[in-house]
Amino acid sequence: MSKFGSAIFNRLVIIIPYAWLLFFFLIPFFIVIRISLSETATAMPPYLPVFDLASGVSGFIDNVKQFSFDNYVWLTEDALYAKAYGSSLWIAAISTFLTLLIAYPMAYGMAQAPNTIRPTLMMLVILPFWTSFLIRVYAWIAILKPEGLLNQFLIQIGIIDSPLIILGTHTAIYIGIVYSYLPFMVLPIYSSLEKMDHSLTEAAQDLGCTPIRAFWRVTFPLSLPGVIAGCMLVFIPAVGEFVIPDLLGGSETLMIGKTLWNEFNANRDWPVSAAVATILLLILVVPIMFFQHAQAKADGR
Amino acid sequence: MQRWSRFNIASIVFGFAFLYLPIVLLVVFSFNESKLVTVWAGFSTKWYVQLFHNQALLDAAWVTIRVGLVSATIATVLGTLAALAMTRYTRFRGRMLFSGMIYAPLVMPEVITGLSMLLLFVAIGFDRGFWTLMLAHITFTMCFVAVVVQSRLLSFDRSIEEAAMDLGATPVATFLQVTLPVIAPAVFSGWVLAFTLSLDDLVISSFTSGPGATTLPMRIYSQVRLGVTPEINAVCTILIGIVAMGVLIASVVSRRREIQRVKDEQAAFAH
Repeated sequence: MSKFGSAIFNRLVIIIPYAWLLFFFLIPFFIVIRISLSETATAMPPYLPVFDLASGVSGFIDNVKQFSFDNYVWLTEDALYAKAYGSSLWIAAISTFLTLLIAYPMAYGMAQAPNTIRPTLMMLVILPFWTSFLIRVYAWIAILKPEGLLNQFLIQIGIIDSPLIILGTHTAIYIGIVYSYLPFMVLPIYSSLEKMDHSLTEAAQDLGCTPIRAFWRVTFPLSLPGVIAGCMLVFIPAVGEFVIPDLLGGSETLMIGKTLWNEFNANRDWPVSAAVATILLLILVVPIMFFQHAQAKADGR
Repeated sequence: MQRWSRFNIASIVFGFAFLYLPIVLLVVFSFNESKLVTVWAGFSTKWYVQLFHNQALLDAAWVTIRVGLVSATIATVLGTLAALAMTRYTRFRGRMLFSGMIYAPLVMPEVITGLSMLLLFVAIGFDRGFWTLMLAHITFTMCFVAVVVQSRLLSFDRSIEEAAMDLGATPVATFLQVTLPVIAPAVFSGWVLAFTLSLDDLVISSFTSGPGATTLPMRIYSQVRLGVTPEINAVCTILIGIVAMGVLIASVVSRRREIQRVKDEQAAFAH
């Protein structure tokens, strides 16, 4: 009984979550790809041919024959889409770099902090992550508005005479992304710096390295796994970000997450939005694989 | 201490100011008398009073809480199983794919996850509403639970499990009586994480929910698009308060357990 029971238990532990993720996470991607090859129709669901699991293999083959690449052709013909992909990648890259600039000194400072206050600092970094993303982005609207708190403050202390226009520009999006994703960058860098052996930097300095040189030659390379993990955790979701460009960026800001959302909700064009999602996925598949590889290595496997 | 230099302290202070100032301002202006969010006109709690007369908002809050509680609970069960599968069985067919499916949702842009789930529900003819929302939330939060529980399991001393098995305990009994009590704090923080993620989600919810299942973030978002009002600040403040309480309780519980564990271990060694 025990052996039989244990075999079943072992199986179930794997099969239940595996089946769930296959059905609700992986299969949906194939459906997205499948629908991106359909034609737009004014029906419900608004695409043709309708995908029907009940029609079996022959129905599926019929389906395949009707595949069309029109949606992809459409994406290449309209310059809007290429621009949206390009500017999403660009905005995400700049924001990731800015996040790194703020997060690294923070993580470094935390790793140098006395042991007793480190858990508290960790907690303070994690805490904002638990509060709503939407709320945190919303908070910036009141700050960045032309008559907002930042401009009031700057005018009061006499740095500027007329309000800066920040809300609705790329700058606002950078601020939003850096702000929302900062904890994702700080934590992996902190954990790689914390594990580091300080005798290494001391040795470098004893051997005549200046502290700055010791940092670049010893500390920074050793923290690279954390830096890479952090950059991936910021860059990948930022490319497809919707809330931040929608609330902080202006109407002319092009980001692909917003384009997809509009294509789907405003234009009701499901096949085109599926094609937009498929290409976005293809662009991100390399960084995602890279991230998983790094993650799996960090777990010691 | 020499290593804890002025530069270190300055960068930490700057970082935390950046992280917390916007939230503090948001909370402060929820108590503003004026309808303008950016001009202070005196203390008032009228926006909170007004909230409780906003039926649409209250309905949305109720939907959000129900989805959060149920989906977090199921996600915790599934995520814990996934974490066990990942740490205990280093070799099984499709393990690479499995770990891929655990990590990918952590970084996957929400518009893609949301769209793909919606298309699944349409393909299988499942009407969008409360239950589709629930399924979507379970799916994306279970991966976060899996990662949290997995990190605890990796540092878990398996010899006590082996001892239990040697003494004749079945795998299920071993799991329930030995493993689960030890990893309970991680499982609990996984649940809290899943619950708050579910509470916060806007994009995936917007894609997967249907008529009659509007969540609080969806309601807040549609109001924000019309402009910034102190009433939204008040809702946000309440949400922040709930989350802060939750995190505080979770950290106190896990600290107590940790202290208890250390005590137990010392007691065990002393005998």
